Amino acid sequence: MDILGYRLPASASLLLWAALWELVGRLGLTILVPPLSGVVVRLAEIVPTETFQDALLITARTFAIGVAIAIAVGVPAGIAMGRSAIVDRLLLPWVSLFVSAPLSALVPVTMVLFGFGETTVVVTVVLFAIWIIILDARAGTRNISPSLVEMAASYGAGRWQAFAKIYLWAALPEILAGIRLGLVRAVKGVIIGQLLVSVIGFGYLFEIYSSNFLMEHMWALLLVLFAAAFTLDATLGRLEKRFDYYSAVRG
Amino acid sequence: MSTIASLTASPPIADRRAEPSTAVAVRAVSKAYPGVEALREVSLDCPAGRLTTLLGPSGCGKTTLLKIIAGLIKADAGTVEVLGRTVCGPGPERAFVFQDFALLPWANVVRNVAFGLELRDVPKSEREAVAAHYIAEVGLKGFETKYPHELSGGMRQRVGLARALAVKADVLLMDEPFSAVDEQTRRKFQEDLLRLVAQERKTFLFVTHSIEEAVYLSDRIVLLSRRPGRIWKVIEPDLPRTLSPDQIRREPVYLDTVEAIWQNLRQYVE
Ligand SMILES: Nc1ncnc2c1ncn2[C@@H]1O[C@H](COP(=O)(O)OP(=O)(O)OP(=O)(O)O)[C@@H](O)[C@H]1O
Ligand SMILES: [Mg+2]
Repeated sequence: MDILGYRLPASASLLLWAALWELVGRLGLTILVPPLSGVVVRLAEIVPTETFQDALLITARTFAIGVAIAIAVGVPAGIAMGRSAIVDRLLLPWVSLFVSAPLSALVPVTMVLFGFGETTVVVTVVLFAIWIIILDARAGTRNISPSLVEMAASYGAGRWQAFAKIYLWAALPEILAGIRLGLVRAVKGVIIGQLLVSVIGFGYLFEIYSSNFLMEHMWALLLVLFAAAFTLDATLGRLEKRFDYYSAVRG
Repeated sequence: MSTIASLTASPPIADRRAEPSTAVAVRAVSKAYPGVEALREVSLDCPAGRLTTLLGPSGCGKTTLLKIIAGLIKADAGTVEVLGRTVCGPGPERAFVFQDFALLPWANVVRNVAFGLELRDVPKSEREAVAAHYIAEVGLKGFETKYPHELSGGMRQRVGLARALAVKADVLLMDEPFSAVDEQTRRKFQEDLLRLVAQERKTFLFVTHSIEEAVYLSDRIVLLSRRPGRIWKVIEPDLPRTLSPDQIRREPVYLDTVEAIWQNLRQYVE
């Protein structure tokens, strides 16, 4: 961005919006938007508290477990679909259905099945993240050059060897792209799950803050979550780039 | 069969035995894809320790036949015997060299060359020693830690060849291995291949589009007819291998064989 011949860093626009937020907050137009400075002060205040730390821990744990399950199940499932026409025909309708379904509507159902606890949140995370991971792993596997598959067969690779030494690596760029998208969806899943369960983690905090109209607290919490989601995505994006070099040359 | 080629003459080089046994025997193999009859009752023999070439018009089923011998495709009818055993899938006595190299892009030259051995759970130090030997053999010393995308087409195919040699298969199946490399590299490759045939005492089955290449390299040329592929003619060029490459290419027997095959194939073009 250039203004009056000066080159401004990308963060400049962020500063502009921060200033606007502060202004709107100070004008006192609505109780919903407190000044940014107040939010930041509140942020520094609540982050060290035990309730916040607990919420963070629960959120991180359910997120990590859910994502781990989604990857551990989704990647092999996607590769199996990409390699086997039968598996593909069996699973594809369901995967395509769920990848675009309004999954939030399913959370109450999982709540009935798994109760008001961490399990429901983990299930929600898996439910949000897994489908795109499966689809991308499938697409990557279908892109593997047929001669690479024949090479594996002609040198006597077994099923497991072909999976671990060839398919997984050959489809890695797509798999990583799928995991990245899956993680972004998983963030949604962990928040929506917690909000609906609302007795654990950040969902619990949100419940308390909103029922007591603690807007500064709410915004502070949101800032934390947005920053976390953004950092996660950026880190994965960088990781993905490192694998790009051979996706171009794998033929 | 024409006079320039002879089925009975003994090869001029001493280490090529006069009566080689049959390494690959194809018996009445037929294969049809949905809507396409690719091969019809093909029978052929590849003498052990020699280089046999499959030559024929595009789409006549050369790749299909080679893959059936490799055990990658099942024939609809007929059998293939390699070293006396009936083929029912890929096996360690056969190795395939792919037209598009089929290298692992994420693995360096050493790992690619050693990959066949890696699949057989040969210990790392052992397989890398074997790989190093064949990397030198195909003239890639110094490129061990390079990745495929850092190599030229010719060098990549050398990696593919070294990988096939490293598993110590008796029969090497090569599908147009030099078609993706430039003419200079191709000539160099042909010399290396001739040296390998003499030195490694392996059986080579080679697919090419080039009549000159077939005549120059082969002990036996199998001409396939247009699709559905059938055996059209078997020719055994008897080149004086003691001469230099350029001299061989000026020999009447070389030129006449090329011409005779061209006359045979021309019917399909016209
Ligand atoms: N998987 C397949 N499904 C359907 N048809 C196929 C398949 N593979 C090959 N064919 C057809 O079978 C015929 C023989 O194919 P093949 O690849 O064996 O020929 P080729 O002699 O190797 O040809 P080229 O010289 O072009 O490499 C061709 O007409 C091809 O279109
Ligand atoms: Mg072919």
